[in-house]
Amino acid sequence: MNADEISSWIISIIVLTGSVLSLISAFGLIRLPDIYTRSHAATKASTLSVMCILIAAFLFFAVGEGLYSARILLGIVFVFITAPVGGHLISRAAYHTGVTLWDSSIQDQLKEKKRKQRPSSRS
Amino acid sequence: MIQGILTASAAILSLSILLTLFRVAKGPSMPDRVLALDMMGINLISLTAVVSLIQDTTAYLEVALLLGILAFIGTVAFSKFIEKGVVIERRRD
Repeated sequence: MNADEISSWIISIIVLTGSVLSLISAFGLIRLPDIYTRSHAATKASTLSVMCILIAAFLFFAVGEGLYSARILLGIVFVFITAPVGGHLISRAAYHTGVTLWDSSIQDQLKEKKRKQRPSSRS
Repeated sequence: MIQGILTASAAILSLSILLTLFRVAKGPSMPDRVLALDMMGINLISLTAVVSLIQDTTAYLEVALLLGILAFIGTVAFSKFIEKGVVIERRRD
């Protein structure tokens, strides 16, 4: 087994891990009951999957062609920074427009604070 | 060997984009759809990366970075529109 074959095995394993994580995230998006649990599934798992695949692409071009692509690294860093921010903004917008929680949720600690702030929130 | 695995993972990614499309079509509320579209954009980045691995070209790497930026901007704009009703607020004075 030479180095080329080993690196292609490693890249295949990382790419397959990323795509299976993306499939798990899509199943979570289908199966989970309300938007907050769905954003939990959609944000974390798909961020990890896209980072796995981009790292595999970086390794592929670094080993195969000796090309250390800064664009892929920049893409990894950008997705890692912005995907949780996007999930947070969507969950926040959903809560403030009154999308209800799942029926079996036990507590909602934000509700009292929101009711207290209600008169001055839309200034 | 690696070509077969890359094709299989491209197929898995396409399947997950299809499942996400189901949530876009069905999703009971507006933020559900925006969340599913955001996740679809992120899956599209990885599909672009896998296609550039399959074809063994570096021409698509800018596309991956650009799709990330555009998905983030779209998500921010949509969530601001859902929450406040406007995307760009007027100055109050």
